[in-house]
Amino acid sequence: MVISVASGKGGTGKTTVAVNLALSLKNIQFLDCDVEEPNAHLFLKPTIQEKKPAFIPIPEIEEEKCNYCGRCAEVCAYNAIAVLPSSNNKKGEISKKGKILIFPHLCHGCGACSYLCPQKAIREVDREIGTIEIGNSGSIQFIHGSVNIGEALSPPLIRRVKEYINPTKTVIIDVPPGTSCPVVASVRESDYCILVTEPTPFGLNDLILAVEVLRKLNIPFGVIINRADLGNKKTDSYCLKENIPILMRIPFKKEIASAYSKGIPMVEVFPEYKKGFKDLFRNIEDKIKREEDRVGQ
Amino acid sequence: MKQIVVISGKGGTGKTIIAAAFAALAKNKVMADCDVDAADLHLLLHPKIVEHHEFKSGKIAVIDEDKCIICGKCLAYCRFSAVVAFKNDDGSLKKIGIDPIACEGCAFRSFICPAEAIRMKENTSGEWFISETRFGPMVHAKLGIAEENSGKLVTLVRQKAKELAEKQNCHWVIIDGAPGIGCPVIASLSGVDFALVVTEPTLSGLHDADRVIKVARHFGVLVKLVINKYDLNIDMTEKIERYCRDNNIPLMGKIGFDESVVKAMVEGKTIIEYPDGKTKEETKKIWDSLLSI
Repeated sequence: MVISVASGKGGTGKTTVAVNLALSLKNIQFLDCDVEEPNAHLFLKPTIQEKKPAFIPIPEIEEEKCNYCGRCAEVCAYNAIAVLPSSNNKKGEISKKGKILIFPHLCHGCGACSYLCPQKAIREVDREIGTIEIGNSGSIQFIHGSVNIGEALSPPLIRRVKEYINPTKTVIIDVPPGTSCPVVASVRESDYCILVTEPTPFGLNDLILAVEVLRKLNIPFGVIINRADLGNKKTDSYCLKENIPILMRIPFKKEIASAYSKGIPMVEVFPEYKKGFKDLFRNIEDKIKREEDRVGQ
Repeated sequence: MKQIVVISGKGGTGKTIIAAAFAALAKNKVMADCDVDAADLHLLLHPKIVEHHEFKSGKIAVIDEDKCIICGKCLAYCRFSAVVAFKNDDGSLKKIGIDPIACEGCAFRSFICPAEAIRMKENTSGEWFISETRFGPMVHAKLGIAEENSGKLVTLVRQKAKELAEKQNCHWVIIDGAPGIGCPVIASLSGVDFALVVTEPTLSGLHDADRVIKVARHFGVLVKLVINKYDLNIDMTEKIERYCRDNNIPLMGKIGFDESVVKAMVEGKTIIEYPDGKTKEETKKIWDSLLSI
């Protein structure tokens, strides 16, 4: 079963929920898909056994085969290739050789240029976009990705991290904030998504956006209200109106905030929350089962 | 005219609260909300929309079912798992569909389809606005749900904000940035006079600020730092102060934890307009020190 933890707004407590849920259950695989700013390792302190670079394929031109026809630039949807054609003199001889410019940071690695090159002058080479680390924290299997500094595209790395999903385990995915492509890449194919919010105008505004994403992707979800005693009651009334289950409320406590600031998971300070997270998991299991029965009928 | 961007790496450290406070403090400026996929600045500035435009960007593949011969070639070549195969009971292909959310618009399949059944359709992936607020003009945007190209939309918002600021002889463009270090953040950094990084005294706050500072410096952008909610963990605040000294990052000030921040937010006000918050004076001091640079 794959459970993702997302939020829309950043800093609402995604990592707190994901980490503490993982620490309260058995047979867990933890994937940190917030590859721009991964944080779960600060709390789970995993022992890393393996570190691997992650790549996307980008084109490389074999200049001796290329005749600068410009087909590759024409088929590239991301403007990652520019071709300056050769110039000819009056006799039709090449007076100045053409030139090809490749912009690796714009390339999505779709493979169109190399496949469609009439001269077969393009081969694909690996470009490193980040690293993946694999290890364990106690009995939890831990995997996270981290994009290289200056790298704009995180979804390809998120997809690489998700290739490690082990279906025999309960998989918990820590999702990046926002509502655009990195979030979609992270939450896709989840059986359930927990949305963590705080009861403030910013929290609610971004929760509504996250709900739209999950409805579009057809993923069942529920809400955890963090720092539940701050702000106002509008998040409650929104969830009630939209028929969204509120799975849990976590109060604002200086002790929780202080433990968080030092990288200490809250279940270590308040072990009684383990029961809360176990109940949360059973509740989600029931919801998934009921959903499967409903679809199966 | 100076352009400054407020970023953080980690979400929820107080970027928007501080950017909105600057809106109230700065004279003669244009505001730009560049957190286009979860924008919040409008909740404090209450913009009245003057201009409304569609944001068209990228394309997505569409299959013409009448032309499709269901050969399955596109299935083999799409690297983004955007081609969906519907199968008959015996496992043979029944129909080919496209998942518009997974499609990254590469057009590869439209070139290789033997039946020419795939065409690329222009995608409207968001909208952008020029608005008036009680603190002056604001340019902002809304990326469509689960859409791509947030970096391009950020670039567009920045370009419009800059044009507006130049036309009206403004002194500042103040940009509210996105969390993370990916394409929208990179787009919000290009060509700014400096980036103000807002962090909090937590392990993750420092870890994430360090990553976004490296990104800013990678692109040659000057960085300054503010510690928000500094009194939640004084040891960690001292660690961040040391980090600033070791890395030559000017620390512009510290803001204490203050419940009136949430109260002001609930009332839809900036902290500058909210009576008796201590945050107000601390933020004013930060703005004054930014002015004196």
